[in-house]
Amino acid sequence: MSKNTIVVGLDGSEAGARALEFAKTQARQIGDCAIVICYVIEWSPFSFQTPEENEQRHKRREEELALARERVLDPAVKETQGSGAEVEGVVKHGDAADILNSVAKKRGAMQIVVGRVGARGLKDRLFGGVTGRLVAVSSVPVTIIP
Amino acid sequence: MNTFVKTGFAAACASIPNFAVAQEAVGIDQRVNDIFAGSTGWFVNLIFAPLPGTAFPWIVLWLVVAASVFTIYFGFIQFRAFGHAIELVRGDYSDPDDAGEVSHFQALTTALSGTVGLGNIAGVAVAVGIGGPGATFWMILAGLLGMASKFTECTLGVKYRNEYPDGSVSGGPFYYMTKGFKERGLPGGRVLAVIFAIFTIGGALGGGNMFQANQAHAQISGILGDFSGVITGVIFAAVVFAVIVGGIKSIAQVTEKVVPFMGVLYVGVALVILLMNFDQIGWAFGQIFQGAFTGLGVAGGLVGALIQGFKRAAFSNEAGVGSAAIAHSAVRTNEPITEGVVSLLEPFIDTVVICTMTALVITISGVLVMDPDTGRFVLNEAGTAIQTIDGSSGVGLTSAAFATGFSWFPYVLAVAVVLFAFSTMISWSYYGLKAWTYLFGEGKTKELIFKLIFCFFIVVGAAAQLGAVIDFSDAMIFAMAVVNITALYLLMPIVKREMNSYFARLKSGEIKKHV
Repeated sequence: MSKNTIVVGLDGSEAGARALEFAKTQARQIGDCAIVICYVIEWSPFSFQTPEENEQRHKRREEELALARERVLDPAVKETQGSGAEVEGVVKHGDAADILNSVAKKRGAMQIVVGRVGARGLKDRLFGGVTGRLVAVSSVPVTIIP
Repeated sequence: MNTFVKTGFAAACASIPNFAVAQEAVGIDQRVNDIFAGSTGWFVNLIFAPLPGTAFPWIVLWLVVAASVFTIYFGFIQFRAFGHAIELVRGDYSDPDDAGEVSHFQALTTALSGTVGLGNIAGVAVAVGIGGPGATFWMILAGLLGMASKFTECTLGVKYRNEYPDGSVSGGPFYYMTKGFKERGLPGGRVLAVIFAIFTIGGALGGGNMFQANQAHAQISGILGDFSGVITGVIFAAVVFAVIVGGIKSIAQVTEKVVPFMGVLYVGVALVILLMNFDQIGWAFGQIFQGAFTGLGVAGGLVGALIQGFKRAAFSNEAGVGSAAIAHSAVRTNEPITEGVVSLLEPFIDTVVICTMTALVITISGVLVMDPDTGRFVLNEAGTAIQTIDGSSGVGLTSAAFATGFSWFPYVLAVAVVLFAFSTMISWSYYGLKAWTYLFGEGKTKELIFKLIFCFFIVVGAAAQLGAVIDFSDAMIFAMAVVNITALYLLMPIVKREMNSYFARLKSGEIKKHV
């Protein structure tokens, strides 16, 4: 893997697409650069489930991963491949902020790029949105694309 | 109405002019009860037969001996691995790449929502009402020992589960009986599994269904006034039907989220009541210890306290019964022993913590009538249980005890009981279905038949009297334990091998934390 790695957080929204655009521009300017496109399926190991949900969980997980690759990740990777940068797609379950940070740490990334999601619900006010939490936990610089 | 009938208030009620409808409804209840008690009595008598020459049921001894054997055989695993269990539940040892799979926490809470419920509220009240505060001591002891039984069965449940090509998993005693016996070259695994499956269906319909419906009805009628159990039963059956047949998952999912909240609220309120009476906590523990060894004049004396304590503990935490092995086996892990370790928290939370809370509140609240001169409990007219201030038993007694602290609590408790009853029914409908499909094979029609039977028994349970329902529920759950523990004895060397290997690798650092 090349020295300069940019991790881009995708969420299937317009904002995510803008973040990817920005990362591509950056990569072009920097030169020898890799882009890791990351899609996180929100999931907590501390939720409460019925026995039936548990029984089906493994199957559902596979389905969720396949769907995320097919709908969001693969098109994004394909689109980015033309830009000259080295591209990789990652899809994981968990907390978006934690996963983006751990992926960035693992690859020794120079920055994380995410789009700012417009949603401003009560939950975001109370607990902070993904971007807010990412800024709080990230171990590398974070660029937020409005 | 159950609590009224049980304490001899039926005569009083009959003298009050009733509406014809109500009388007719009570008539139906009575008929349901008679048919039910008549057809299950022989089995109940067999399971609870006393040891020759004593009043001690052999089944209670069976459970205690098994839990003690597992405790010693696994070197007091429940104490040695307690800290590790908490680390596992926290996810310290979970592989981040497995994110999205069933976590230890989820397997544990799913199993807990099947056990925490009426056993902790009504069962404890029955135990303390008959056996006095001393029953609590034996209940706690049974809970602590039961942790080892749970460890054994849940390890086996994960080790011998079936993983199907579509990725779904299915586990439980049926599979460790067949596969485990085969591995050890033992005969009879299949026969045992079939018998176990039959009893599991009985347990699902009894303790996992009728007892729940019955106590939920007792709670609702305690607040709304006396009405026919058939009505409660039909409403409950309709909601359960919507979930398990109609596939309306949202109801179950909402329940799964509200039930833990209710559990925390219940323990919280119990703690507050105990704190309000903190000067009496010492006295209450005194009663518990004294009662455990002297009986303090309860029905059946010391033996009565002991039997009640052990019985209700087993009924509440289901250790050795085999049901939890079904729920725990869905976890994602390469080490079956880890789920065994996690599962030992279950009897601890259920019995040692929650049941003890209930028992302490009942003892401190003074709802059990005591003779101020002798310090001994006063028995009711029939001499079968301790007299209570308002004549209540079961959930009613717990409700009355909590009401001494907060007068509004019976309403919260009623909601909690209904939700607990519902979540336990959902869990047990799943256990029962697993047993059913093990016997008859999978298929839409076959599964539908079981689900319909399950819903029908909700109505029966709500209409029958507490005594008959409790007897049948206990008998079936304990019958499961007879078969399951037999298998556990024969398979425990496998668990020991797994345990030694796992803890050796943990100690050597081969198994590392992921945080």
